[in-house]
Amino acid sequence: MATAPTEIKVTPEIAAEHGLTREEYARVRQILGREPNITELGIFSVMWSEHCSYKSSKVHLERLPTRGKLVVQGPGENAGVVDIGDGLVAAFKIESHNHPSFVEPFQGATTGVGGILRDIFTMGARPIAVLDSLRFGEITPSRHTSNEEAARNGRILDGVIRGVGSYGNCFGVPTVGGEVAFEPCYSQNPLVNALALGIARKEDLFFAKAKGAGNPVIYVGAKTGRDGIHGASLLASAEFTEESQQKRPNVQVGDPFMEKLLLEACLEAMQTGAVVAIQDMGAAGLTCSTVEMASRGGTGIEIDLAKVPQRETAMTPYEIMLSESQERMLLVAEKGRELEVLAVFKKWGLDAVVVGRVTEDGVARIKMNGSVAADIPAHPLAEEGPVYHRPIARPAPRVESEKDWFPFAPEATNLTPNFLRLLASPTLASKRWITEQYDTSVRTNTLAGPGASDAAVVRIKDPKTNEVKRALALSTDGNGRWCQLNPHLGAMHAVAEAARNVAASGARPLAATNCLNFGSPEKPEVMWQFSQVIDGIAKASLALGTPITGGNVSFYNETLGKSIYPTPVIGMLGILDDVSRVLEMAFRNPGDVILLLDGSNTDARARAVSPAAFSREFSSSEYSRTIGGIVAGEPPAIELDAEKRLIDGLAALASGGLVRSAHDISDGGLALALAECCFASYSLAEAGHAVPAFRGAAASLGLTVSVDDPAPAEYAVFGERGARAVVSVSPENLAAVLTIARQYGLAAREIGRVTRDRFRIEQRGHAVIESAVEALRDAWTNSLEQCLGIRK
Amino acid sequence: MKFGVVVFPGSNCDHDAFYAIGNVLGKPVEFIWHQSQDLGNCDAIILPGGFSYGDYLRTGAIARFSPVMKSVEKFAASGGMVLGICNGFQILCEAGLLPGAMMRNSGLRFICRHVHIRVEQTDTPFTNAARKGQILKIPIAHSDGNWTVDEATLAELERNRRVIFRYTTPDGSNDDAGNPNGAMHNIAGVCNRERNVTGLMPHPERAAELALGSADGLVIFRSMVEALVGAAKATV
Repeated sequence: MATAPTEIKVTPEIAAEHGLTREEYARVRQILGREPNITELGIFSVMWSEHCSYKSSKVHLERLPTRGKLVVQGPGENAGVVDIGDGLVAAFKIESHNHPSFVEPFQGATTGVGGILRDIFTMGARPIAVLDSLRFGEITPSRHTSNEEAARNGRILDGVIRGVGSYGNCFGVPTVGGEVAFEPCYSQNPLVNALALGIARKEDLFFAKAKGAGNPVIYVGAKTGRDGIHGASLLASAEFTEESQQKRPNVQVGDPFMEKLLLEACLEAMQTGAVVAIQDMGAAGLTCSTVEMASRGGTGIEIDLAKVPQRETAMTPYEIMLSESQERMLLVAEKGRELEVLAVFKKWGLDAVVVGRVTEDGVARIKMNGSVAADIPAHPLAEEGPVYHRPIARPAPRVESEKDWFPFAPEATNLTPNFLRLLASPTLASKRWITEQYDTSVRTNTLAGPGASDAAVVRIKDPKTNEVKRALALSTDGNGRWCQLNPHLGAMHAVAEAARNVAASGARPLAATNCLNFGSPEKPEVMWQFSQVIDGIAKASLALGTPITGGNVSFYNETLGKSIYPTPVIGMLGILDDVSRVLEMAFRNPGDVILLLDGSNTDARARAVSPAAFSREFSSSEYSRTIGGIVAGEPPAIELDAEKRLIDGLAALASGGLVRSAHDISDGGLALALAECCFASYSLAEAGHAVPAFRGAAASLGLTVSVDDPAPAEYAVFGERGARAVVSVSPENLAAVLTIARQYGLAAREIGRVTRDRFRIEQRGHAVIESAVEALRDAWTNSLEQCLGIRK
Repeated sequence: MKFGVVVFPGSNCDHDAFYAIGNVLGKPVEFIWHQSQDLGNCDAIILPGGFSYGDYLRTGAIARFSPVMKSVEKFAASGGMVLGICNGFQILCEAGLLPGAMMRNSGLRFICRHVHIRVEQTDTPFTNAARKGQILKIPIAHSDGNWTVDEATLAELERNRRVIFRYTTPDGSNDDAGNPNGAMHNIAGVCNRERNVTGLMPHPERAAELALGSADGLVIFRSMVEALVGAAKATV
């Protein structure tokens, strides 16, 4: 497959080897009015691959709300763009690089980050932050995971972390947040989703529309090699089998230094005013960039492959067109001004060559040494590809009864030992070992880095004047387990949690990007999950006023016929008008009042009519999985209006500067949220930040909290019902906070106080958790390294 | 008074140094391209952090041969003030303007976090505004900061008080516990014999505003400003 000379005669069998169905092949012949040659077949196969064409997802994605008064660019360009005021725009997008990261973790992750960064600066925006949403199989042996498999998952984790770090650190963009979770279903299919955010002045935005017949088409950046051929069509658009390791040559290799040069050179070239359009070469490389630019611009494009810089000899047109060599761009310059553009790339030491021109005839014409290697109408190729209404079938309902659900411990059980186990579970334990391997502070904008706040917060410097006015908050969230149990509900929770996290950092949620990770679309059950998830995202996004400005669909996340959990990941963007009003989760002062904010008006007693109802919901929780080994039941019901009230209320409290800390309640429930508030204050003190309570050696802030909840203790402290957050408030501000909470329709219950050293949660007079904070912190802090067997 | 920030193609803290000097301190500053041999009459030169030419070989190994470094060497030899931050420090070591070499961090991983360094000497243009023994909280972000040198040179450096910054715990009580990368004698920064060239691994430009967690790094830039003001007065 790697070498395919043009002389090869295309047959239906060869078309099938390229992943084209019989109908798709017939359509190719219809568009061309003849048989394709091998190069043309290759071009069609990548353009119509699931990865590039969205052929199975398109009909569903149309149901997502993509418009809003601040949306400058919705789906369809390299990234979504949102107006953030003061003449500035934010470009942001999330993308998956799952399969490459399994086959070759380090390179898979680097090129994932590289690809999404290019999408951002292609728009003329300088990247200022990256977040990574990562999911792996279990890294400790369990009944689902053998020793060998756990060790391999650990190696994949290590490779991915190093890859993410090495690319962002060298490129010079801070990796400020994200998430890392572990479930057995990701063992053979890790999820590596990277989100990038960039800033531009609104008038400096660039789009990928080839305009102006006769304008020169310029190739810039790295030379083209044989790497990554069919990365999009064969690696990203097919499930894994036992032979998947043989696909290693299909993985591309990243060069962050080259990308850094490309960034600076592209932004500088754009400033000359001589650039008409620009498109990065990502999936499907030169093929995708030429065809899409022409199609969007309503033009044609003609290029001569002999002029394309090549790092290997004797490459065929097929190989050049399908190569996924990284760090390359295609741009259209204004005729007569190409020298200005070329001079900029020369300054940065990059190859930049005029390889062709924009034409009027709407045809993508690829030449090589005088002969035509491919001649395809661009628009039909890009836009009239197959669109599938794949069969959808709801899987047979799970038949469950009370005995399948989590059995609550008897009243007055000491839950501290279980809490220690929960804190040490890799999904909930401290991720500092990972995030310290990322440069989190380069560009000097990071107001809240990993673990400081519920969202990452970066301030915005005006690209021209360096003036600082506002800040942006970003969070990535998804809960595959909940989506497995109920995709519609799980998807709504993902949107709500992402928005809640952004609000708990003090920001107003503006818009979102999504990365939809699923199994094979050829399975009706997977398409049912997909459809349900789209409806869930659409409903929640509408309710919360956060349109979806773009993203990425990743199907075929399965190995040996077994799908991952359906895992939509939402990347939510929010804005803070005042950079000094960032909310962090750390408690600050002993004696501060701890309030539980709850957006729900539903009476606690009405929520669960029977112990079984509690049990059913709780069986979907992180605690149930970690402590009971039970994944069952239904995720908590969602009240979107309650979520909206909480989000608005948090933003108001933040802008008033009335609360000292805020943290939403999610995985691990109230107990985990409270513990993280304590740990965060220790981290601040340890890093030498001024925490008034600490003089000299770092001490620990603790708490005494009483939950007035009729539910079983485990549900009360570890339950994961949404629309809730904990805030700490100085006693002087308490009345003002309660007033604002009331204005926003939030229940604000005073549940306890910040203290020193001890952590105590009681219910109906019994201590359900009681420990020195230090002991809890020890369990949480070093767990990840211990699981991975890393000695300090 | 004018600062110059050298831009190698892979510099990625050039904007940050520029911002700290130009926007936070409000002093004149400009960029100097790596292919230029003209330092634009700058009075102090900063080699910023980043990955100069990709650093796929040894860090700074290629940068030392760049056109701009020829001028920086001359500038330093004539007594000009040169500060190397992170990759800049690595380049100064490779160029022989400062002693020592960087090995991979002892933990063999990239580390980014706030560390504490103690100001060991204040008779340099980079520390004259600091107190001797002052503890500065400044972030590091590097893979190769494990500074190493032969024993004889190390002894000479200590004897001649050329160790300017040393890693320590927040309260300055325990050097070993504060060493993030295995650097010999906890050395975070050294100067040349003439004391006009200094390199350090931590990033003072990232610790120039309380909003970002620390403004401790400013004292280094302020010292440079004071030294330049003093030099200007002396020549009047």
